[in-house]
Amino acid sequence: MSGIKLRELAHSRTGDKGDTSNISVIAFRAEDYPRLCQWLTVERVTAHFAELLDPSGPPLRRYELPNVHALNFVLPGILRGGVTRSLALDAHGKALGAALLDLEL
Amino acid sequence: MKTLRIGSGAGYSGDRIEPAIELAEHGDLDYLVFECLAERTIALAQQARLLDPQAGFDPLLGERMRRVLPFVGRGADGQRRRLRVITNMGAANPLAAAREVRRIAGELGLPGLKVIALSGDDVLATLLDDPSQTLDNGKTLASLGERLISANAYLGVDGIIDALRADADVVITGRVADPSLFLAPQIFEFGWATDDWTLLGRGTLVGHLLECAGQISGGYFADPGFKDVPDLARLGFPLAEVDATGRAVISKVAGSGGRIDTATCTEQMIYEVHDPAAYLTPDVSADFSAVSFTVQGPDQVLAVGADGRERPPSLKVSVGYLDGWIGEGQISYGGPGALARGRLAREVVLERLKLTGVAFEEIRAELIGVDALHGLELGARADSEPWEVRLRVAARCADRAEAVRIGNEVETLYTNGPYGGGGASKSVRQVVAVASLLLPRDAVTVQIHSEDMA
Repeated sequence: MSGIKLRELAHSRTGDKGDTSNISVIAFRAEDYPRLCQWLTVERVTAHFAELLDPSGPPLRRYELPNVHALNFVLPGILRGGVTRSLALDAHGKALGAALLDLEL
Repeated sequence: MKTLRIGSGAGYSGDRIEPAIELAEHGDLDYLVFECLAERTIALAQQARLLDPQAGFDPLLGERMRRVLPFVGRGADGQRRRLRVITNMGAANPLAAAREVRRIAGELGLPGLKVIALSGDDVLATLLDDPSQTLDNGKTLASLGERLISANAYLGVDGIIDALRADADVVITGRVADPSLFLAPQIFEFGWATDDWTLLGRGTLVGHLLECAGQISGGYFADPGFKDVPDLARLGFPLAEVDATGRAVISKVAGSGGRIDTATCTEQMIYEVHDPAAYLTPDVSADFSAVSFTVQGPDQVLAVGADGRERPPSLKVSVGYLDGWIGEGQISYGGPGALARGRLAREVVLERLKLTGVAFEEIRAELIGVDALHGLELGARADSEPWEVRLRVAARCADRAEAVRIGNEVETLYTNGPYGGGGASKSVRQVVAVASLLLPRDAVTVQIHSEDMA
């Protein structure tokens, strides 16, 4: 299964609240959900976004939603001051989920 | 069993209008809800109200109401109730918004419409009784001084239910939690107890699924080749048909664009949620962790399994304050060597800002097309150099004059910078920042206003 990108198995949406983003990862096929749970650890997702996360901030969290074969990642501080004060081009972080889909499994 | 049909007419203040009218006309709706208040919209509206006491409500209120009111109220025969409208388009001035809606109803020859405004969310005066209170960003209210512009509590369903009991055709609110706009008519129509946490959790799921309008019916979703959405330019807005047990089917008007299936519903359910077992609103701590979706027909999805627990003891208050200025400049480079010239331009601007002593609190200098969205590490995953890049420099400054100098330094690259810089632009904007704190429920008094106050 090497060389497969997350995008082949799952889709994603990013939301914002204050300076925190949440990124859902939803398996296209229910049978892939256990593998996503196994592969998409907090450590791997943290490493993927290492450059964007605040290393001194609270850790990334993962929630499981088995009935809809989805994971929800919560990334505190990644919006750096939040939508209202951020200098970022994408202050909401709407494009973050698309970057996660490039993760190689 | 009686069912209720609730439509979603807007997912944000500037949203498209014709999909809402399509719902009003063909959705066989009982209620149409317009959710139009983002985090800082009220703070911006409060600034408008300071300049003009009759202003401070949604700029599209008039256009939306002109188009939708013909479907509202008892109609020409005065018998059958058609749809009712619930909206937070009142923003910082619900009473003035209600007056404007009554005026438009009069113009349209619909003088019998009952328009009710809600007040009570504006708690600025209450908070100022104790300026030592601390915001979630660590600042005290006192430290913001003159820069403090608004404080609005997120209200729940209570005032809206009162307005519906008073026979409102149109309910205009300021800050109300988004899902509460949808939960209130379910509680009112089905007679749910406001401490039946399971039913409130189910009704809140319906609200959460609908509150961003097109985001559940195919908007914010299309990824060509992976997730295709038909007829996106004619995206239909969603509606829910709910029964008294909180069982809900999400659908849209037949023939409209977009798609509703388990994938779009799942994306929207998790949108802006942290712990799915504890989605906090003023009305309930909703639990979406065991929700499941089943396709019932084309663009028809059944949602079941939401639950709820006792509501939080306090209300969240969103505080708006002025926080300096953001100055920004952009310029593009294209063709062979564009990336190197963009990088050189970035170095030049940063050095110039240092040489000329521009004072800023924070700065970002990025290359759009390379590292602006996701940083250098992820940006380096691209297979080849981009054909064109655009330098963007943005900085937050305490003074407006300093912020102006950011864009100017980018613009001067035209004649002083690397070869072939084109399309420079610059801007300055005041920062209206938002922070929050918690307020005991009894510090907030919600009132409904059926007629204009003198």
